[in-house]
Amino acid sequence: MIRLVAETFDPGAEFNRFSAHRTASGAVASFLGLARGQVDQPVALELQAYPGFTETEIGRFVTVAVDRFGLHDAMVVHRIGPIPPGEPIVLVLTAAAHRREAFEACDYLMDYLKSRAPFWKKEFGPDGPRWVEPTPRDLSDIERWT
Amino acid sequence: MATVLLFGRLADIAGWRTRDMGSAPSCVSEIKTLISQDNPEFRAALDDRGVRVAVDRVLIQGDAPVPANAEVAFMPAMSGG
Repeated sequence: MIRLVAETFDPGAEFNRFSAHRTASGAVASFLGLARGQVDQPVALELQAYPGFTETEIGRFVTVAVDRFGLHDAMVVHRIGPIPPGEPIVLVLTAAAHRREAFEACDYLMDYLKSRAPFWKKEFGPDGPRWVEPTPRDLSDIERWT
Repeated sequence: MATVLLFGRLADIAGWRTRDMGSAPSCVSEIKTLISQDNPEFRAALDDRGVRVAVDRVLIQGDAPVPANAEVAFMPAMSGG
C-alpha cells in the first residue's frame, strides 16, 4: 500500500498492477510527481525519510482518505535518496466506485504528502543545495480539506 | 544504550546522522544537552519550535523518558514529498 523506494520505478507498471482485476471499482485516479531540473544536472533533489516512521505516518493519512472518500484501495510509491531531473518522485493511485471520489482522494493525498509527510528535501539549484520547507501554497492547499 | 537519529538540516549542522550514546540518558532533554554541549548552533537548531521528537518512532510532546536501547529521532520541520 505504501512503499519508499531508493531507485527509480516504472509508474506505468505500478498503474497496471493496481488497476488489474478490479470489478467493483469503476474509477482509478493517479497522480505522478516528477523531479524538475536542468537536463545536465546530475541530481535535482534529495529526499530523506525516516524508514518505519514515514510509512506509518503516510499510512495514517491513507486510512483517513479511504474512510473519507469511500475508497476501495489506495497506494503511494515515494522515492527517497538522490533523484535526477525527469525521474518520478511520487505516485498516488486511488480506486473507487466512481471518478469523483477517486480524483478527490488523489488530490487530498497529494496535498497531505506535500505539506505534512515526514520527508526532508534538499534541492540542488544554481546557488547550491538548500533545505526546502512547504511553500505557503502547499500549506493553503491542505487547508482546503479541513 | 540509546541511539540518536538526526534528519534534514539538523544532521548538516551537527555533522552526523546517527550516534550511539555511550551513557544511558534518562530523558530526551538530557540527550539534547549531551549531543549539543560543544555546538551552540546545533543546540539552537534543536530548540527550534518546528523540531519534532520521536522515541521509538512515536512522537512525543515536550520531554519524555528514554527507555534502555531506545531510538530517539530529532526531526526538523518536514519538507513534504
